[in-house]
Amino acid sequence: MFSRAYKAAVALPPIVWVGAFLLTPYLLLFCNSFWSVRDGQTIVHDWGMQNYSKLVHVPVYAEVLLRSMKIAGGVTLLALLLGYPLAYYVAFYAKRKELLYQLVIIPLWVSYLVRAYAWKTILGSDGVMNTLLQYLHITHEPVGFLLYSPFAVVLTLTHIYTPFTFLPIYAALEHIPKNLIEASQDLGASRIKTFWRVIVPLSIPGILAGATFAFVLSLGDFLAPLLLGGPSGIMISNVVVTLFGAAFDWPLGAAISACMMVLVLAILFLTEKLEKKWSFS
Amino acid sequence: MTTTAVPQAPAATQPLLSVNRVAKTFGKNIVLSDVSLDIAQGEFLSILGESGSGKTTLLRLIAGFERPDSGTIQMAGERIDSLPPYKRRVNTVFQSYALFPHLTVADNVAYGLKVSKAPRGEIDSRVREALAMVKMEGFAASKPSKLSGGQQQRVALARALVNRPKLLLLDEPLSALDANLRREMQFELKSLQREVGIAFVFVTHDQEEAMTMSDRVALLRFGELEQVATPREIYSKPATAYVAQFIGHSNLLRCNVSRGIARCGNVICTTSEADGPAVFSLRPEAIRLASAAGATDVVRFKATVLRQVFQGATELFELDCGGMTLNAKIYSARVPAGESEFEFALSDFVPVKESR
Amino acid sequence: MELQLVSASAEKRPAWLRVHVIAVFAFLYLPIAILVLYSFNGGGVGGFPPRNLTLSWYRLLFSDGALWDAVLNSLEVAIAAVIIAVGLGLPAALALDRVNFPGKVIFRRLVLLPLILPGIITGLSLLMLVVAVKLKLSLLTITLGHGTALISVATTEIFAGLQKAQRSQEEASLDLGATYWQTFWRVTLPNLKLAIIGAALLIFTLSMDEIAVSFFLIGRDNTLPLEIWSRLRRGMTPEINAISTVIFVFSLAMILLWYRLRKPGTDEWEAAAKAVEG
Repeated sequence: MFSRAYKAAVALPPIVWVGAFLLTPYLLLFCNSFWSVRDGQTIVHDWGMQNYSKLVHVPVYAEVLLRSMKIAGGVTLLALLLGYPLAYYVAFYAKRKELLYQLVIIPLWVSYLVRAYAWKTILGSDGVMNTLLQYLHITHEPVGFLLYSPFAVVLTLTHIYTPFTFLPIYAALEHIPKNLIEASQDLGASRIKTFWRVIVPLSIPGILAGATFAFVLSLGDFLAPLLLGGPSGIMISNVVVTLFGAAFDWPLGAAISACMMVLVLAILFLTEKLEKKWSFS
Repeated sequence: MTTTAVPQAPAATQPLLSVNRVAKTFGKNIVLSDVSLDIAQGEFLSILGESGSGKTTLLRLIAGFERPDSGTIQMAGERIDSLPPYKRRVNTVFQSYALFPHLTVADNVAYGLKVSKAPRGEIDSRVREALAMVKMEGFAASKPSKLSGGQQQRVALARALVNRPKLLLLDEPLSALDANLRREMQFELKSLQREVGIAFVFVTHDQEEAMTMSDRVALLRFGELEQVATPREIYSKPATAYVAQFIGHSNLLRCNVSRGIARCGNVICTTSEADGPAVFSLRPEAIRLASAAGATDVVRFKATVLRQVFQGATELFELDCGGMTLNAKIYSARVPAGESEFEFALSDFVPVKESR
Repeated sequence: MELQLVSASAEKRPAWLRVHVIAVFAFLYLPIAILVLYSFNGGGVGGFPPRNLTLSWYRLLFSDGALWDAVLNSLEVAIAAVIIAVGLGLPAALALDRVNFPGKVIFRRLVLLPLILPGIITGLSLLMLVVAVKLKLSLLTITLGHGTALISVATTEIFAGLQKAQRSQEEASLDLGATYWQTFWRVTLPNLKLAIIGAALLIFTLSMDEIAVSFFLIGRDNTLPLEIWSRLRRGMTPEINAISTVIFVFSLAMILLWYRLRKPGTDEWEAAAKAVEG
């Protein structure tokens, strides 16, 4: 519809920018992963697989990655369990949908950092949780594992990412034509049967999208583990941060980053395929 | 296609479904007020009305998607108006078909049976039977998105009928089809209903459709029933001016009656109505050129042809009869321009109630 | 005609669902409530319940120069990021919608990457570029990072807006004698007004709270989140609670504003569009 010159003028600036400031940096990162560090100070362009081999053979990296995936998995599961019924309620029962929807979004407007720190306050030995537990005589002294543990990380990240599971699930539920639900009931299915046979299958793309968000974003998180994880709650991104900070080893950090990129892209590819299979409209 | 025999009222049997003085309001809108209707076993009843008449709401009340604000609905003597849809022995064919996109055609049709936990073998055979009945056997493994509108509608029909409901509700099922397909489906639906013997309640805004297919027609207007009768009766004896106009676009003559004679324009006619103003319905088809013989019970009047519109088998004439305009549908006769004499049978001059 | 006259279900809501919903909202708002509560806490952070309600932290906040410098920095960066991201996201969306250029699929994926990859990876990659071209770390590098990372937010929103827009309006404009350029300004762009504003607000908010990408790209001047971060490392002060409360209230105001902007806008457009389309 538009002239060729126009089309070029429109497409070129973003392509050039993205090429310069996105593609090039990622490529640089990738290149760095094949180099190594000498004397803890300089980076040598020696192009080898030494970093990747280190990742495979030194167990600690795999351990941290595994722990990160477990934490991410826990967060995803919890966020879905919290988010789905919430989305269901707002979509099918709520009288003021718009308002409730906004209420779920609003916490996202408060700084992540500050919310994470608030959880630190809540879970600390001096904080709300412990004070409450002692007040109710459930415990007699501060519970240790509440803070500086994977538990704290999972709790905080679930808090952060529940709205992220809510949003796509809500969108999917709203998208279901009401007459399908009526048809199901007309044919003899009770509300529960209608839920499992019609609503859930049709909301699967939303579930997949929400789960992907929650999992991938939790996996790569570094703030929550840093603030609340303690030594037992360190996640893979913290390792990368250290390698680019105090433990100067950019190439190794780059290698881990490259692996994470591949992992995340693989997950995305997988969910995209699944979403296509399960989308019917 | 018209029914040739007037169906007898089912002898002394209880009506299948009884709607008693049902009312429904949405917000400030009174959608239905005081509607009562009986549906007989095995009959084909159309609920006819314009947009906003309340016909869809009435259907949804019977199906169970809404509860009446007042009044009751009974099936076989038991109250069902407080039952959820999945507990009623009623199935619906939706206007937009509402086929489940994530299930195949066969699974769609089997849905109601699976939910009621029928044995597997029985489900398979009944599904096959139902698909054969609507001529969709070859599509069992297809997904609804691959089907045309007409095909989807057949599947929706099969999905409803396979459960052998006591009553089938159809919500304007043919409105999305093109004219030819529509006529074909009308025929098929009617013969299907005869074959299956289940009562069909058919909602439509198309009066021709209702008149063609139904054993009885219930005409709804602004939430109230104007008339419930067989198509012939509604046609020849409309109860109100609205019915007369809505069905077959009758002429409405607002006459003055004085001592048994009704006068409007050039039309002068005997009537048994009381003195004073009265409304009469006269169908355009009933008017013809005056014949030479002086038949009895025939009313003659003079009129001038204002306009003539070709309509195929008939021509539509706009006649001026002494200040009053009448439409006449006359088989391609040669009607001379200017003034001529016309006639109609006295029995076609029907008094109707003025409408609200 | 199928009437969807009932918006909320007339059926009873299961009790357990209501409890769940209330519990989830409590969970979501607990830290925020604590935050706001403790901003008034006389005894600083820690200790429950809060006592000695006071406004002293707010007073301290307003005289804290360094913090407000950081706020200013964040605002500068956020506005610049919006300009970059929307300025590039708009043509990108148009290109994705209407132009078939080589590498289109790769471009689309590439542009989405910063949103799904851990932010620090994008930040680190940009750091490598910065080091390679020997650029000094500063607010500029942060702006670069934010703008680039957030392009896809603009692209996605505007793309969605383009899908909704009526192509026939543009064709009508051309038919009536307007050039492509005129059509763009008079028809296409106004149609996208809502999407662009939505994208701008979102990008602004994301930039103001951005930490991961910024982490390795800061120079001497801190953005607000990073300033808060460095103070947190030294120990929490209730001032932080105070400023967070301020930001929260401000964000609420922004949402209300967005709401007001949007509601009459969409309805107007949709009503007009419906009237025209018939």
